[in-house]
Parts: sequence; structure tokens; C-alpha cells
Amino acid sequence: MTVHVFDTMGTTVSLRFAGALPGAAVLHAVEAGFDDYDRRFSLYRPDSELSRVARGDLALRHASAELRERYADALEWRSRTAGAFTPHRPDGVIDLNGIVKASAMAAAADLLDTAGEADWLLNVGGDILGRGTLAGAPWSIGIADPADRAGLLATLTLDGDRCALATSGTAERGEHIWRRGPQPAGGASVYRQVTVRATDIITADVLATAILAGGREQLDDATARFAIDVLTVAADGALTATPRLQHARGLSPA
Amino acid sequence: MRRRAIVLSILSSSAVLAAGWQVGVVTHPQSVSQSLDAAAPATGSTSGSTTGGATAATPTPSSAAAATPQQAAGASGTFTGAAAQTRFGAVQVQITVADGTITDVAALQLTDHDQRSVQISNRAAPVLRQEVLTAQSANVQNVSGATYTSDGYLTSLQSALDQAGL
Repeated sequence: MTVHVFDTMGTTVSLRFAGALPGAAVLHAVEAGFDDYDRRFSLYRPDSELSRVARGDLALRHASAELRERYADALEWRSRTAGAFTPHRPDGVIDLNGIVKASAMAAAADLLDTAGEADWLLNVGGDILGRGTLAGAPWSIGIADPADRAGLLATLTLDGDRCALATSGTAERGEHIWRRGPQPAGGASVYRQVTVRATDIITADVLATAILAGGREQLDDATARFAIDVLTVAADGALTATPRLQHARGLSPA
Repeated sequence: MRRRAIVLSILSSSAVLAAGWQVGVVTHPQSVSQSLDAAAPATGSTSGSTTGGATAATPTPSSAAAATPQQAAGASGTFTGAAAQTRFGAVQVQITVADGTITDVAALQLTDHDQRSVQISNRAAPVLRQEVLTAQSANVQNVSGATYTSDGYLTSLQSALDQAGL
């Protein structure tokens, strides 16, 4: 196994290959793809296109097709999650952070697929997308314990078509989660961390964010309507999991 | 509103279940579990279709799924549909009717293990930590967690795995 590590989008990317690293041109193209997304969409960069839209220097209708397409994607997801996922900050600024990283990961996957790479594992700041296997065994992913940086809650595998895994939480960098609606007394249904396994990274990432923001109601709605597996950690540490994860290593049904 | 959404989603995905409605009044709760147990063996004969219940032959228009229970004016009780293959496995839909009005809808999943039904489709349920896992003991290649910054990465498990080339 080989590992290529680089920084982009304010976080660190780990890209593993079951065999040898691909050529430098492929790795460079992957890095450049992430940097392109960051230059266009980062609100941490005053010169990004999205920052110019946020300041009112650039009208949305004059923005690039790429920006308008990602904004349209984000609005579509807002609709699918009844507003639990939203590209609008409370102050009205368009923030595409919730969808841009996953979109960049999907683009990197296309690039690696096109390059003929069959067995690889991409981790961007804790969100994971994989293909193939590690010497015939499925890629194995540890789910971080939000209460213990050195511990894992469970291990999941990237099985068959469920090859994307995203975790949203309040433990690390703020993920622009804006909880909506009244939360129950005691916060029993407020999640501290939500992990979603799906067939594509955008679905996994968006729904992890939406469930973290929308609580139990959003969890039940998402598991009923999307082909996903979910592991949640409540504020008090209590865990829930959908059926396919209830016997994941480290877990047992209560 | 939400209840209606659930009803519609179940009916649209499993409209063929109408073929299995047992029209009648079930007055004893015990008979519900009996009917479920009796229905369970049917799971084995259901084909492994992934297109919901669409492959099961039915002469009944799908609209009957909504109409049938309501035609039994004033009916009360619990009614269970036939098992259908879905992406969650074999699923039955059970409705509770009070005076001809649906008051509850539940998806019953027939598990592979003991053929008993459990009231879930893909619903999350409580789980317990069975063992203390560390990256060292778990043999993982990656760690999924809440997004870290480049600084946060330096002290993360993922960073340790990367440095070790694991």
C-alpha cells in the first residue's frame, strides 16, 4: 500500500493506493482539481469567486456556470432535506462549503477512474471515498470517537456500492451546521456526530450534515428515503445505528 | 402532513401490497403476531427482485391500496399486507385502522435470521459499544470523523496511520 498526503481546502488529504502510486501527472491533476474548487468556492479566500458573490461584487447571474451549478445542486439538496441542509448562512451569504468538498472528491474519483486506478481510498478531512479493495479485502474505516481523539467507536467497511462515508460533527472544525427548530429539553435528540455511508460522497456528506442539523426527525426521514447506513452519537454518548451497521465491529444491538 | 407523506411513500413503493390486504376486523392484538408468523414463510418464496414489489403478480389496481381499507366503513383493527422484496429485504406493511381511518402505518421487516418481524425498515436503533477499539487494534486504513483542519490533522489518528504507512 502507498500513501500520498497533501493539504488543500484548509484540511489534509490522504490518498491511498493498494498498489504502487500512480504517475506524478495523475497525482498532480488530483491536487490541482481540489485547488481549483478551493480557489472558486472558499469563503476563507477573499479573492474567490464565491467571496465576490458574498460581498455583492459579482451578481449571481454573472457568476461562472460551475458556481451556479453547485448552487443549484445545493438548493436541490435543501429541498430534499426539507431545509435541514441549506447553502444559506443565517446572514444570507451563500455558503457552498457543505457540498463543495464532496463535489471535489467526486471529481477526483472520476479522474482516478479515468486514469485506470482500481483500488484506492481517498480521505479528505475525515470524509472518505474508496474504490476496489486492499488485496481482496474491503477497505476498513474507523469511526472516530468524538469524546476521545485516540479512540474509535466502530469500524465499517466500504462494501460493494456503498463506497462513500462522511462524518459530520461538532468536535472539530465548525461545519457550518445551523440547527433549526426548537430542540427537545435535555438535548436528547441532538447529535454530536453523524456518520453516513452511501453510494456517493455527495449524498453521504449532505445527509450527515442534514441529520446533524435536523435531529431525529431528519434521521428517520433520510433513512426512509435514501439508500444509506447511519451511525449517530448523541450529546450524552448514546449510539444509534441502522440495521446494516448494528453488527459492525465494535457495536452490538442494544 | 408527515403521516400522509409516510403513507404515500409506502404506497408508492409497495403498492402491490394491496394484493395481500386481509379485509376484515382483527379484534385481538394477539392475532396480529400470529398473522405475521404465518406470513413469514412466504418470504422464502418471494423472488429476489430489487424493484420493490413490482414483480409480484397482482390483479388489483394499485389505487385499491388506499381504497380497500376505507371501503370497510367503520372498520377497526390491524391489517397486514403480503411480504414484498425491497432493498431492505422482505418487508410487509401494517396499518392500524380506527373507524375506517388509518391511524398508524408501520413497515415490518422480516429478518433473515429467525423470520420474525421487527418494526423497522431502515430505522436507526440503539446500539452499544461492544469493545474498546483503537486504530492499532482495529486494523483500519482510514478514520472518518468530523472535518479537521490541517492543524487538527497533525494530531489525528489519520495522521498517525499515514505516517506509519498503514
